[in-house]
Amino acid sequence: MALYSDKVMDHFLQPRNVGTIENADGVGEVGNAKCGDIMKMYLKIDDDIITDVKFETFGCASAIASSSMATELIKGQKVDDALKLTNAAVAEALDGLPPHKMHCSVLAEEAIQAALEDYKSKAATD
Amino acid sequence: MKIYADNAATTRMSDAAIQVMTDAMQNTYGNPSSLYTIGQHAKEKLEEARSSIAGIINAEPREIIFTSGGSEADNQAILTAALNGKKKGKTHIISTAFEHHAVLHTLEKLEKYGFTVTLLPVHENGIVSPSELEEAIREDTCLVTVMTANNEIGTIQPIAEIGAICRRHNVVFHTDAVQAVGHLPIDVKAQQIDMLSASAHKFHGPKGVGFLYVRKGIILHSLIEGGAQERGKRAGTENLPAILGMTAALQEAVANMDGNNARMQNVRDHLIQGLSEIPHSALNGDRVQRLAGNVNFSFEGIEGESILILLDQKGISASSGSACTSGSLDPSHVLLAIGRIHDVAHGSLRLSIGEDITIEEADYIIDSVREIVAYLRSFSPVWRDLTEGKKEFIL
Repeated sequence: MALYSDKVMDHFLQPRNVGTIENADGVGEVGNAKCGDIMKMYLKIDDDIITDVKFETFGCASAIASSSMATELIKGQKVDDALKLTNAAVAEALDGLPPHKMHCSVLAEEAIQAALEDYKSKAATD
Repeated sequence: MKIYADNAATTRMSDAAIQVMTDAMQNTYGNPSSLYTIGQHAKEKLEEARSSIAGIINAEPREIIFTSGGSEADNQAILTAALNGKKKGKTHIISTAFEHHAVLHTLEKLEKYGFTVTLLPVHENGIVSPSELEEAIREDTCLVTVMTANNEIGTIQPIAEIGAICRRHNVVFHTDAVQAVGHLPIDVKAQQIDMLSASAHKFHGPKGVGFLYVRKGIILHSLIEGGAQERGKRAGTENLPAILGMTAALQEAVANMDGNNARMQNVRDHLIQGLSEIPHSALNGDRVQRLAGNVNFSFEGIEGESILILLDQKGISASSGSACTSGSLDPSHVLLAIGRIHDVAHGSLRLSIGEDITIEEADYIIDSVREIVAYLRSFSPVWRDLTEGKKEFIL
């Protein structure tokens, strides 16, 4: 039995939306190096639609795959719909994660939330 | 290319051991406790194995107890010394911060029963100081337990010096030699070792078998009660095929030790040299006082499990001390014990090479690791912060 599902391996070996966005409309970073996982999300938002999303991750294979999958799930979505993204949805889209790796999907959800919050607070001050 | 570089985890079985075991399972199935011929034939084989192993470490046959492996041997040795000590009112134990969990968890259990444990520091080089150990010995110290070689960073401890100190202070000395037996010369008399644990699958023997050496005069306590096997100190019908396989593997390992070590050391040094050229990396553990097959590096800005899975894709099996591979939130206690901070301990890689490794394979490993480290750093937010000066490099 393999440690990870084919989906996790696919997103780990060929992560989607890797990188940064210059002058991003929202940036969120969660986790810490002490625990071994850090995710950073960059969002480009036009007319309330997430037109682009990129990520950088320090962490294990499931953290990288969770980041990649989360970016795919929210790309093209409305901000309010993206805010509803749950860790369960990320894990399910990856055909499941080992129980001790579920926190990676939580981190992905939190990173998206943090980036969206950043966008909202920026929009409120504009 | 397929390269198995996790020999500290377990080894491929030697052909000689497999042959001996197959033969034993087919032909020597008698119970050594039975009085008829096939039982007594099994008993003869068992005692031959005991004599052979005893001879290899310069012990007496009656000082060798067969166990299910290194963990059982560690448990039995430590509990024995603790119970014997307690009878004399001695409840203090000295060990080190980077022992195997078979030792550390047994010591934690004893603390709950009123024992006091001093864990000595192992310093940046991963080597315990004999003088600090001597200073830690108290009137009520009943046991010193220090591993012969560390399983993660491969550092070799000054066992003979520690043995001499313990003998001088009349304290029982146990060593977890699981990573050393079959790889380093062991002489329990010259090194003044009172108890020693070994595991067969670390030297190309089968899994689930090991042995405990206990110097005569030390009253051994049993963990498993039942029949009178192993002089009543370890009940249960002996796993004769495994014991014979272990013996064959150990004989082979010891016969080829010098040549194997010279060859492995050469490749090890080549690996260390090549991996050192990766920026912001560092070797974990002493450069010289280490097992011939052990290479352990930390790479800043990345996490170990990712390295392992990408290496696996390239056919290389290795291990890491990252939290993700330990099943807890903390990285390896060994790397923390030598002063690596969490961030750097997570990005560690252990390569424990085998006797048949070639320089070409080492070059393939170096190229693969270099490529993987660069790739993972290319999208690591930690690496970005380090390179943009928002965080200071440690390595």
